[in-house]
Amino acid sequence: MIILLLAGGVLCWLAGSKAPALGRWIALLTVTADLLLACWLCWCYHKFPDQSSWFINYQTTWIPSMGVSFHVALDGLGMVLLLLTFFLGILAVACSWNEIKEKTGFYFFNLLWTLAGISGVFVAMDLFLFYFCWEVMLIPMYLLIIIWGDSRRQYAAYKFFLFTQAGSLLMLLSILALYFIHGQQTGQYTFDYFELLRTTISPQAAGWIMAGFMIAFLIKLPMVPFHNWLPDAHSEAPTAGSLLLAGLLLKTGAYGMIRFVLPLFPEAAVSVSWWAMLLGVAGILYGAFLAFSQTDIKRLIAYTSVSHMGFVLLGIFSFSQIAMQGVVMQLLTHGLSTGALFVMAGMLKERLHTRDITRMGGLWTSMPAMGGAAILFTMASSGLPMLGNFIAELFILLGTFNVNVLFSVLGATGLILSALYGLRLLQKVFMGALVVTDPVRDLSMREMVIMAALSICIVALGLYPQPVIDTVHHLSFTLQPLHHE
Amino acid sequence: MNELQLLSLLPFMVLAAASVVVILLIAFKAGHTVIQVTGFIMMCLVVLAMWYVKDTLPMLVPPLFIVDGQAALFTGLIICCVLVVGLLSYIYFEEREENPKEYYILLFLATLGGAILTISQHFISLFIGLELLSVSLYGLIAYLRTRNHAVEAGMKYLVLAAMSSAFLLFGMALIYMETGSMTFAGLSAKMAGQTGTPVFLLGMGMMIVAIGFKMALVPFHLWVADVYQGAPSPVTAFIATSSKIGTFAVLLRFAHSVDLQQYPLMITVFSVLAIASMVSGNILALRQNNLKRLLAYSSIAHFGYLLVAFLPGTEAGTEATIFYLVAYAVTLLAAFGVIVLLSNGEDEADQLEGYKGLIWRRPVLGAVLTIALFSLAGIPLTAGFLAKFMVLSAGVERSLWPLLIVLVLTSVIGLYYYLRVISTLFARPEPAIQTPGPRHPFFYFSTYAALIIMVGALCWLGVFPGLILQGIRSFLLLH
Repeated sequence: MIILLLAGGVLCWLAGSKAPALGRWIALLTVTADLLLACWLCWCYHKFPDQSSWFINYQTTWIPSMGVSFHVALDGLGMVLLLLTFFLGILAVACSWNEIKEKTGFYFFNLLWTLAGISGVFVAMDLFLFYFCWEVMLIPMYLLIIIWGDSRRQYAAYKFFLFTQAGSLLMLLSILALYFIHGQQTGQYTFDYFELLRTTISPQAAGWIMAGFMIAFLIKLPMVPFHNWLPDAHSEAPTAGSLLLAGLLLKTGAYGMIRFVLPLFPEAAVSVSWWAMLLGVAGILYGAFLAFSQTDIKRLIAYTSVSHMGFVLLGIFSFSQIAMQGVVMQLLTHGLSTGALFVMAGMLKERLHTRDITRMGGLWTSMPAMGGAAILFTMASSGLPMLGNFIAELFILLGTFNVNVLFSVLGATGLILSALYGLRLLQKVFMGALVVTDPVRDLSMREMVIMAALSICIVALGLYPQPVIDTVHHLSFTLQPLHHE
Repeated sequence: MNELQLLSLLPFMVLAAASVVVILLIAFKAGHTVIQVTGFIMMCLVVLAMWYVKDTLPMLVPPLFIVDGQAALFTGLIICCVLVVGLLSYIYFEEREENPKEYYILLFLATLGGAILTISQHFISLFIGLELLSVSLYGLIAYLRTRNHAVEAGMKYLVLAAMSSAFLLFGMALIYMETGSMTFAGLSAKMAGQTGTPVFLLGMGMMIVAIGFKMALVPFHLWVADVYQGAPSPVTAFIATSSKIGTFAVLLRFAHSVDLQQYPLMITVFSVLAIASMVSGNILALRQNNLKRLLAYSSIAHFGYLLVAFLPGTEAGTEATIFYLVAYAVTLLAAFGVIVLLSNGEDEADQLEGYKGLIWRRPVLGAVLTIALFSLAGIPLTAGFLAKFMVLSAGVERSLWPLLIVLVLTSVIGLYYYLRVISTLFARPEPAIQTPGPRHPFFYFSTYAALIIMVGALCWLGVFPGLILQGIRSFLLLH
């Protein structure tokens, strides 16, 4: 799948320089093929008897002298996130169909390589490979922002890259420390995840090593006080860029915590859990408050991401099984709902040439279809029942309630705040007096398809979340060692 | 000296002969192209000779030289750099219509100096090599003497290099006074089991000043930016790669012979040098608008990183430093190649504004420079990433945490200015300036091809370094 994306990217570049339309179609075909492949795997997975072990496990040597291997494996969590990746990938291609007018081929090249990096992160089981993919997704993203971004794109792109790079270099140090500790214990130097899981680390060292990982993931997640890069990067990136950032890149941070931090350092994770949950709650409230005061529609959505990712952090570090299922749900639904909102912001920008919500208003009369979709997704984002986010946040809060009542209650107030900013967004943009005098087109056929796909998914997840919960059921095995403390 | 020893010195004799051949060619009034081609063939002969004698290694040639795997590795690297520098020189000097024939004599002499450094195991050969290198460099730096900055740069280098030689000599004298020996092996035999007397350490300190000057470590870096800017671009590329590689090779051998890492004071000194180089190099590069100066400051930082791998004094550290130097040399040559190709008869292409939108105007050159900068910044898929990774892992193995943290933080600073250049490359282009077609198509396209090969090598090294690592290891096991 990854190779398909990489090759498709190069093809797009070559074809796009001759005929832009061809580049678009190749990109679309590549991602669709990947999605079909992922669906097929998912179908196989449901018939797979032993759901606690790894569904696909493939290993081959890469740099033997350093103990680096090319090791990929897939379990339920990776599967769910891969599906999300390719689904949003298709939407990203679709929503930049007309938006990108120059250097189309190169644009889709970057888009597909970002997707390849992200899917690599979700399947890599070798820490070196993981780090490699982690970085591979950053460069094309950086290029996407700096070439096709908005007016302040340079500043935003620097900030994005420097923040994430600082975190990932610290993570690299941690990975290396782990590598040598393991090597000294067993005499076998390897970056393999399953081997490293068996390392015993002194508590103090574990604390430091975990700190390296945590900082990288917290920056990516992003969590207060490391969230600084997010609003800028989101608001300056092209629509598809924002979609990928919000929908997928943030998820890699959460994924890293679930996959690496908890299993590798159970004791250390328990010892910082209170602080992590505090940060999570702080993120929920802080993000919500700031979202309320934004006038730039993309920045507003960016801050809601900060708030929603707070729930994720809260859920992960409550170590309860229900919360963990909620976290995975939240990763999915947040990807869908926020992605949809960003797509919508992109459409508004394309029509009105502004992102300032004080200069919008009364758009309902001219574009009811979009208004309808907007209501659906803002409601989803504020956690209305029947929609996916509700289940996710409910599970997280339920799980947290057993562990820490105060944080759970504070987190719940975040829901109220989210209703506030959601309503404000709707009111300013779609209700009220008509501010925009020029006639505005409603959704085109292509945009209708995008919105419909997103809407169906989010409602389906809200009404029938059981498949997802089943798929990630095995995560309770990850949590078990944490309960013995 | 027996036959085998003579044979093992064959590559260096061919190298020395190269200068003589060039002198003869000039005497017979040969053209630039002839000299260029002859020089190219001579350098290839050196590599062939190296290949030919590799089975006899390691070979001791007492008292001055030792030809072993490490020396072969470093000499090979230096020769490869010179091959590229020579290629770049042709276009560069033909554009300027100066008479560049004598230039090649100096270039090959400087190369010989660097190569001698890699095999020296005695203070005399060390000094001869270093002086051969610097004296040729005085001439090379000021070669285009009618240009702005050229004489200034040459003078600056002359004065400071002469001073550093004085330091070197004094340091050697002190060490000789203390130990009564000038061979590295003799030194370490004398110092075995001792903790280092003050005079010995003082002598070492003075030698470090000289070596630090050559490698442009902070605080001996004051010449770097001006010399990089003032010297002709191919010469700058030579200083940044061959000259520094040679100096580093001798430092590595010296440290290995006397077991430098056993003296706590030396560890402290090198740690301070490394930290100072990483911090000031990166900070000074932040606001540069001149690409050559920017690369100058970044090279200070890179040698700071290199010291982090050098400090542990382990096998892994040596391997990491060699890999780092390979990656660094290829990267810098690619970057300077772009600068040379963009320079025209009047100016050096060193102002950052000139690079605006390069990737859209000249896609190949833009892509080469972008990848080179990504490699300098240590981003995956390029050799620079693996190089930095190996340096980090050498440091982590010996738990040099303060140095590693500084390395990480300063690389983030470093990232900022590399990104600044890259974003300039990707900026919206200004209305295109008509560039005249290449005047020397053959050399022009071979330079292009060389650049593309180098970038290909960068990516290949970054993704599949297994082969080259194995090569480095098999060479190092020889000694």
